[in-house]
Amino acid sequence: MAGSTLEIRDLHVEIDGKEILKGVDLTIKGGEFHAVMGPNGTGKSTLASAIMGHPRYEVTKGTILLDGEDVLEMEVDERAQAGLFLAMQYPSEVTGITNSDFLRSAINAKREEGDEIPLMKFIKEMDSTMDLLEIDKNMAQRYLNEGFSGGEKKRNEILQLMMLEPAIAILDEIDSGLDIDALKIVSDGINKMRNDAFGCLIITHYQRLLNYITPDYVHVMMQGRIVKSGGPELAKRLEAEGYEWIKEELGIEDETVGQN
Amino acid sequence: MTVETKLPYNKEYITDYSKKRNEPNWFQDIRLEAYDIAESMPLPKIEKTRINNWNFTNFKHDVSGDAITSFEELPEKIRTLLGDKDSAKNIIIIRNNTVAFTKLSPELSDQGVIFEDLFTALSNHEDLVKKYFMKDAVKLDENKFTATHAALLNSGIFLYVPKNVKIEEPIQVVFWQEDKEAALFNHVLIVADEHSDLTYVENYVSDNDDDQSVANIVSEVFALDGAKISYGAVDNFSKGTTTYVNRRGVAYNDAVLDWALGQMNDGNTLSENETFLMGHNALSHAKAVSIGRGEQSQNFTAKITHFGKGSEGYILQHGVMKDRAASIFNGIGKIEDGASKSNAEQESRILMLSQGSRGDANPILLIDEDDVMAGHAASVGRVDPLQLYYLMSRGISKEEAERLIIHGFLDPVVREIPIETVQKQLREVIEGKVN
Repeated sequence: MAGSTLEIRDLHVEIDGKEILKGVDLTIKGGEFHAVMGPNGTGKSTLASAIMGHPRYEVTKGTILLDGEDVLEMEVDERAQAGLFLAMQYPSEVTGITNSDFLRSAINAKREEGDEIPLMKFIKEMDSTMDLLEIDKNMAQRYLNEGFSGGEKKRNEILQLMMLEPAIAILDEIDSGLDIDALKIVSDGINKMRNDAFGCLIITHYQRLLNYITPDYVHVMMQGRIVKSGGPELAKRLEAEGYEWIKEELGIEDETVGQN
Repeated sequence: MTVETKLPYNKEYITDYSKKRNEPNWFQDIRLEAYDIAESMPLPKIEKTRINNWNFTNFKHDVSGDAITSFEELPEKIRTLLGDKDSAKNIIIIRNNTVAFTKLSPELSDQGVIFEDLFTALSNHEDLVKKYFMKDAVKLDENKFTATHAALLNSGIFLYVPKNVKIEEPIQVVFWQEDKEAALFNHVLIVADEHSDLTYVENYVSDNDDDQSVANIVSEVFALDGAKISYGAVDNFSKGTTTYVNRRGVAYNDAVLDWALGQMNDGNTLSENETFLMGHNALSHAKAVSIGRGEQSQNFTAKITHFGKGSEGYILQHGVMKDRAASIFNGIGKIEDGASKSNAEQESRILMLSQGSRGDANPILLIDEDDVMAGHAASVGRVDPLQLYYLMSRGISKEEAERLIIHGFLDPVVREIPIETVQKQLREVIEGKVN
């Protein structure tokens, strides 16, 4: 199975009237791992949020298609149903809903009514995935993300990713706040997802995550656009030399979206 | 516009009603005295809630219901409250103000536990009832509703647990207004004698969306020295019923009186839950959840008054408002002069789901003693759009996400409720109101 294709064309996005993305083009296919890198403030997380439909972000121009379907016409839940997943940089805390109830609701939302996942099967799958991510068992019964440490929240995002098995996943700064051991565990989890049907967009401003998850394509974002693309060797060069050479090459003085 | 507030029944009717039930003279006298008070008092002014257009006079007073021989005869709405047939060991079902089913385990009656309807208790245990009825907890002339209550009282429960008797099984009463116009003037009188221990659960159910009626409920609950009472309630009157409910407790030395109230009526409701911590080291938790929906208007007061030294009172109430519902939540902690080392804490939180709903939380601390602790927290807010986004980003529909958020908002109170039966019932009722 070839998997899905996510096509982003000339995407312009505003937040509170300020344009952050100024024409992003990117295509992700099943089986491919893409990394979007770049310094802070260049629009990387905006890209992730706009794809998922974050309420504060307004798409002013451009298209996002998933297997030819217009993603921008879909509600947030419909985007997830269609196969998109966003591991968030700052997941919400929700009091009163246990992690386990939430996850079961999410899994059942993708299934037909009357075909809900049997409770025992769910518990077994959740247990084994939690083991794999070395997540404390009591997290299942704690309220969703409430009082979780930064690292626990990140692992919880990956737990959801692995249980929900989307067609295309976007990982927004999933490495921030993780120590090196946790980073390895999380990376192992993500690498287990790798197959022909699964596409992944990894957003990071550190190269170190890419030591554990090797991307097929690397893109550099500056001033709200993708300014350079290449293979894994691009990430290596960025690690060794930083971003200055790209700015020089392209004549960019301030890489953030504030200037133009 | 002000609607009629004059009672549709006169003194002659009340005298006849009392005679018909063979009530003792002192009880009939209370009714007649209460009638005069009710007639002379205006409707109370309730801050921030307009009640003068509520229905207080349109109802049927004298009704009756048939006995229940098997739980299978009961509608689904009632059956879910009873759990499985055998698990309910001590239960009375009141149908249209008539005892329709009663069951008390022999072990309890052997130990001297009294559990019967109030009219039976008036003939079997007259002295006990007389000692406590509308004297030290709720007074006849407190307001127009308490007076009306006594004048027209047409249903009631008496529960007495003797000294040192500890009951583990919950004692349950279901008040079922099968007749859609039947008014319920219900009095619950509970006395836990010294060092006794009891759990009481009550359910109010009606099915009158279109027909109008009235419920006027007074509970008087006494925890004598060292006694422990867990009092749970799930109120579930339909839209047509206007409710006044006053649940009042008195806790003496070292007594514990805990309330767990599911205030789930669909009609206009005025609710007071007040505890007097009379004794030293008396303790009360007052926990309540509610959901407002449709056009209903509700006003909830949770109040704990500290008289005894070292007494502790904790109020916790969470409410969810949908549609065009409006609710006021008052939390009052009052510490009287001399109640040193007392602690009065309260938390009220309201979640509004729609633009048209209104909610207000009023935390009030009244303190006349220096050496005390007190604290309050209150919040009124709307659903966090980022929470909704997060849940929906996992494929959960907006409706389902809101359902989860409502359950979640109430769960910190529901899961704290010490009575498992009430927890289960509440979750069922919440589920029914959320969809």
